[in-house]
Amino acid sequence: MSEQTFFKVTVDGITIEVPAGTTILQAARKIGGEVAPPAMCYYSKLKGSGGKCRTCLVEVAKGSEKDPRPMPKLVASCRTTVMDGMEVKNITSEKVVEARAGVVEFLLLNHPLDCPICDQAGECHLQDLSFDHGKSKTRFEFQKRTFKKHDLGKNIQLHMTRCILCYRCVFTADQLTNKRVHGILDRGDHAEIATHIEKSLDNEFIGNVIDVCPVGALTDKTFRFKNRVWFLKPMDAHRDCPSCSGRVTLWNRGDEVYRVTARKDEWGEIEDTPDGKPGWICNTCRFDKKEATDWVIEGPRAISRASVISQGHYAGNVGMTLPTETFKAVNGGRTPHLLMDIHDESEVNQQNIHLGQIQGPSHGDTFNKTENAS
Amino acid sequence: MGVKLLLDKADVPGIRTYEVYRREGGYRAVEKALKQMTTDEIVEEVKKSGLRGRGGAGFPTGMKWSFIAKPEGVPRHLVCNADESEPGTFKDRYLMEFLPHLLLEGLIVSSYALGSHDTYIYIRGEYAWITTILEEAIEEAKAAGWLGKNILGTGFDCNIHVQRGGGAYICGEETALIESLEGNRGNPRIKPPFPAIQGLWMRPTVVNNVETLAAVVPIINMGGEEYAKIGVGKSTGTKLISACGNINKPGVYEIDMTITVEEFIYSDEYCGGIKDGKKLKACIPGGSSVPILPANLLLTTAKGEPRYMNYESLSDGGFATGSMLGSGGFIVLDEDQCIVKNTYTLARFYRHESCGQCSPCREGTGWMEKILQKIETGKGEMSDIDLLWDIQRKIEGNTICPLGDAAAWPVAAAIRHFRDEFEWHINNPELSQTSNFGLQHYADPIHVPA
Repeated sequence: MSEQTFFKVTVDGITIEVPAGTTILQAARKIGGEVAPPAMCYYSKLKGSGGKCRTCLVEVAKGSEKDPRPMPKLVASCRTTVMDGMEVKNITSEKVVEARAGVVEFLLLNHPLDCPICDQAGECHLQDLSFDHGKSKTRFEFQKRTFKKHDLGKNIQLHMTRCILCYRCVFTADQLTNKRVHGILDRGDHAEIATHIEKSLDNEFIGNVIDVCPVGALTDKTFRFKNRVWFLKPMDAHRDCPSCSGRVTLWNRGDEVYRVTARKDEWGEIEDTPDGKPGWICNTCRFDKKEATDWVIEGPRAISRASVISQGHYAGNVGMTLPTETFKAVNGGRTPHLLMDIHDESEVNQQNIHLGQIQGPSHGDTFNKTENAS
Repeated sequence: MGVKLLLDKADVPGIRTYEVYRREGGYRAVEKALKQMTTDEIVEEVKKSGLRGRGGAGFPTGMKWSFIAKPEGVPRHLVCNADESEPGTFKDRYLMEFLPHLLLEGLIVSSYALGSHDTYIYIRGEYAWITTILEEAIEEAKAAGWLGKNILGTGFDCNIHVQRGGGAYICGEETALIESLEGNRGNPRIKPPFPAIQGLWMRPTVVNNVETLAAVVPIINMGGEEYAKIGVGKSTGTKLISACGNINKPGVYEIDMTITVEEFIYSDEYCGGIKDGKKLKACIPGGSSVPILPANLLLTTAKGEPRYMNYESLSDGGFATGSMLGSGGFIVLDEDQCIVKNTYTLARFYRHESCGQCSPCREGTGWMEKILQKIETGKGEMSDIDLLWDIQRKIEGNTICPLGDAAAWPVAAAIRHFRDEFEWHINNPELSQTSNFGLQHYADPIHVPA
């Protein structure tokens, strides 16, 4: 059997032919755009990954040409292979949209949402996912689970509080390194990523766990709090490295190299090298080569125009409408309260005055009250 | 007095030992199967018997067996699921503790039918003393020539290994069990591939419950067709029910699935009525995962017909007005029991036992537990009830394994049938800490439209 069989699959009304054995997710990614379901745990370069986060759930409206029955439950598109004549509904299915919103809510439940101080902000998959499918309010009113920060070796920090347990780093550590030193402890919502009794990870390729982490749980200690990704210019570069391909992306500001990562494609996955192997990079390239002179610069890295990284600042207006009303119009003729006046003479510093009694800044309730009164 | 096929000899003194078990007619099924029947004939016989998996899902056993892949040169395995951890279920424990040779007999016949030369019993970690009983029984059977090489001169080799689990409920899920048996973390696998194609060590594997495998013995002895005559409809044979809760006679009962729920609870032969002359409020008929039913829906279906103790009748009306036979963990609640507290206890269990692999179950179970605790401690708000409903709906069906469903169903059913009680808890935060909502209207006859 040298000839490959091709299957026709329809995702959201768009038909494509893919080789047998392709997953629904990969077929949808070939079509691209909004049709591709989001994936937080699946990573095509890692064997056995996927199926866990449930963000890529899709509805199979028609099983195949031979067996047209729909699948009873939503399926994880990253682990379900296509059949000939399969019809998949992703964003056109109400069930999928609802389930996905539910999954996003679950993922954010115990996530600290500390994006303003998180190094991953701007390239975080969870941030993208919540932006697309999440709500701005939470219904969770309990304390979130927290963990202490751990150092996994001298260059990697694990901040378990942000982790969504995608298992990608576990697969990476398992498949790129020869010793199994990294895994999951405990169960359920108190499960945590850990090494064997605070052991450090010292393998030459272990730095790649930072690149596969979809959130800010694993961060590069040589880059932590140094800069925001959207202030940096990503440049493709290479060097002659004895242990890895040496093909990287440098994140520069001016002449200074702030950090080095592997090259990632539009799905956030490591790009293949020209010989077809995944372009994992070694720790030396990642952590130690921080001089522009170490590298041969190829040119600027193409980054999606919608990304904050190409905007160069965070709140862009790509895909968003800026408010057109003036402040005056919003206020509807009411005078806003003055901001709290804080200085020595102010009532704020007097102990017998309750803060709630002082006229503070205006907020939603103030306007509502005025409206009700009139 | 109903028919007894599994526990008929349970009262014979010393039945746990090989001598007594053999004297009472034990191991006849092995003789018959290995000497007179082909493997296909056994599978056919089990198919004819209509035996359904006794672990909870009720999947036809014969069909499961016929799915097993038979590639050349690849060993196949039979795994006995003895990781009985569902709250309210303790039937397998009884069977293994008192009739270990019955299980072994069923295992040998089934191993022969499936071609498994290395068969595993994965037993719950807390059943430590039963592990010893099983290991002793295996030694006895080996010494008597029922296990090992060339059994009965037929050329069939079979060994049975007992593996103790680490005490995780999730390892009762068949793929998690296989992972655990392989020495990995007990996380359920993503299906497909199903164990019948790639199971233990990626070899074709069948995972069956203890009671299912024990039931193979009477099926071989009496023939599948005879076995199918016992019971009603698609609920053939006998079923072990482990009854517990507020009843006079808790214990393991073997029923032939033709008796009504009312008879099972109130007759002296079975549960012997509600303890201290109290009234029945609710019941979880098939182990903690199945939907709870109020007394009026338990004894009669929504159509007003009496409800029977079998697969079809208990699930009559779907989840709207019915439940499931499940694993047969029959938990009875009297008028003094609080449904909110009961649901909170169950939610706590599922939160603790969730493996944490997929997000809806990992986060959702913890969230439900927190909300239920809030309501139970008198801090609940009315919106919490709808929130709970919404959470369970988003867990159900969206997870890798059925644990998500098992965690969602009890909460859903409690809200569906006992919403009044939840509202009362929220409206009377102080009173609910000291007194109980009571029986209220939950036992009132339901109005059946003519």
